[in-house]
Order: sequence, then C-alpha cells, then structure tokens
Amino acid sequence: MKFTTLIGSVLFMMSAALCITVHPVVYELKDDAASRAAFAVAYKVFMHPRCVNCHPVGDAPLRGEDSRQHAGLRLHRGADGRGVLTLKCTNCHQAHNQQGVNMPPGAPNVLGDGSLDFTTPRWRLPSAETPMTFQGRTATQLCHQLQDPKQNGGLTAEQLIHHVSSDPLVLWGWNPGEGRTTPPMTHDEFVSSIRVWLEKGGACP
Amino acid sequence: MNKVTFVLNGKSTTVEADADKPLLWVLREDLGLTGAKYGCGMAICGCCTVHLEGDAVRSCVTPISRVQGKRVTTIEGLSNDLSHPVQRAWMQIQVPQCGYCQPGQMMSAASLLAQNSKPSDTDITDAMSGNLCRCGTYQRIRKAIHLAASLAVEKDEQNEQ
Repeated sequence: MKFTTLIGSVLFMMSAALCITVHPVVYELKDDAASRAAFAVAYKVFMHPRCVNCHPVGDAPLRGEDSRQHAGLRLHRGADGRGVLTLKCTNCHQAHNQQGVNMPPGAPNVLGDGSLDFTTPRWRLPSAETPMTFQGRTATQLCHQLQDPKQNGGLTAEQLIHHVSSDPLVLWGWNPGEGRTTPPMTHDEFVSSIRVWLEKGGACP
Repeated sequence: MNKVTFVLNGKSTTVEADADKPLLWVLREDLGLTGAKYGCGMAICGCCTVHLEGDAVRSCVTPISRVQGKRVTTIEGLSNDLSHPVQRAWMQIQVPQCGYCQPGQMMSAASLLAQNSKPSDTDITDAMSGNLCRCGTYQRIRKAIHLAASLAVEKDEQNEQ
C-alpha cells in the first residue's frame, strides 16, 4: 500500500471513529474586517445565558436568565464535566426538557454512529481540563480561546463548525423549554457567522 | 404503552407504561413499592431518590424509558435484612423525625458511600445538599453517614476473616 493511501485510510478511520462529519472549511480570501464582524455577531450568542450557564467561570453550572447558582445545591463540575458523587448532572436532567416553568431542561445523548439517543441524557459541562469558559470573557479573549487547541479540546475549524452545528447541547439553546429565552438570532444565523468568521481567516477583535 | 424490562432490586422486572411516565409512579402505583416518596416533583427536594446503575437519580423526573435494561435499586432493595450499613446507622442514631424524606436521604447516603467510603464533613455536606429535610435532621444525618462508613469497614473486615 502506498504511504499516501495508508495515511488517507488512517485519517478516514480516525474520522469514522470520532463520528465527525467533516465539512471542509473553504478558506476564502482572508478578510480580517469581515471575519471580525462575523465573530462580533456570534459573540452575542456566546454571551447569552443559555450558553454562559454551562460555560461558567467557576466550578459549578449556573441557571436562569441572571446566571445564578442552583439554589442550595453544592454542585461541582468533576473531571469529566458530568458532576460528582450524588450530584451528577444527569441525576436530574433527562434526554428532553421537562414540561413546565422551572422544570429541569434536558438534551439527548449522541451515539457512536452520530444518531441521537432519546433515552439517555447528555447534560454536562466542559471537562475540568478544558473548561472552555465563556462567562466574563471579552470578545478578544474568547476569539483566541476558541481557536486554541489546548483550550478548545483539540478542535479544528471544521470540528468547531460541526460542534456548533449539531451538538444537542448547542441546539438545546434554541429549544430551552418553557420560561427560558433563546439567543438573539436563529441557530442558522449563528452557524453562518461562525463559518464566515473562520473561512475569512479567524480574525479576532 | 411500551414494555420496559429492567432489574429492580436484583430481580428482572417488566412493566407496561407510557415511555415518559416517571419511574417514581411506576414504582409506587404499578409495582407497589412506596418507599420512594413524592415531594416536589421537579428534582429539587430528593424525596424520590433511587439508584439507577448506582447513581442517585430523581425518580420523579426520570422517564421509565430511561431504565430499559438498567439496574434500579430502591430503599426496599438496599438490603433484605436491614443489614446495610446505612440502615444500621440510621436506626442506631435514630435519624428520622417525621421520616418522609428519609428514604431519599438514605439512598443518597448509600450512593455517596459506594463512591467515597470515608467522606469528610465537606463531602457529606456537598453530596447531601440535594436532599431537603423540613424537620432539620441534618446533623443526625451527618453523624449517621460517618457511622455507616465505619460500620461498612467493620463489615468488610468481618467478611475477610
């Protein structure tokens, strides 16, 4: 087997193993101004409580429009972001939103083949190793953070677009259940702004 | 109606229920296990806590479809002879006052001890913060969890001899 074929096969198997549908980013002519403008649009979503509440500064998830602590609960992120001991996220959060105001929201898990499992919840924070904090980050800080493989869990531009396009926890932001606001644009507009930002060079404010 | 099969307190169990029917109501109404209690119905108070694969889940918001093929343990299944260290400690310390929240408290305590055999006061405060008690038995609960931890060690040592 030729070396290039071998490398191609290995890359294909790695992609399959990671269950990542790779939509190549087509890098257009670098345009810093347009790229920065697109990030400024996306930044409004990153700063919305639906996103901030699971990307907090501290060790515990937040809730509500004012990004407050879960009243009374002494929650901890845990190494894998799924909570610890008797207070793991999915001990309360299910694979779907519970009906009614102030009921626990939820989202489905993703199976190995990329399909959704509506019997198993996915609710979690980013891991302790890569907490991917949004809360309190300036646009400049967040822009650099999102593109730093050491901070973003090793995501490439393509994988970052895939994440914001299809991760059930991201999509949940636009279907958050009764009594919760949604980010200030559609999900399609958000994904489009991320794509333009990256395709035009990933420039930061 | 869906057929759901799971292992309940060590025994294979099959029920027919709507997929989104809460596990709590399947346990209490369909299977007659009334140990787990209805409190808030929104995963806040912890009265309904049972174990799902060892995790202390809130059965009032857990749809029955989630337990398909899984292990569920309720307060009735903690032991069949009151020998579980948590049960022994709860009786020895005389923890309950009205008792309504205590099945949930005990299931959370058992889950905590299964994952941390010698919890500190802080560990206990953190882990039990999701179980409310309107009688205010928190200090006795803390004392009982420390006692249960030591009883579990004694039990392990006896089993080794």
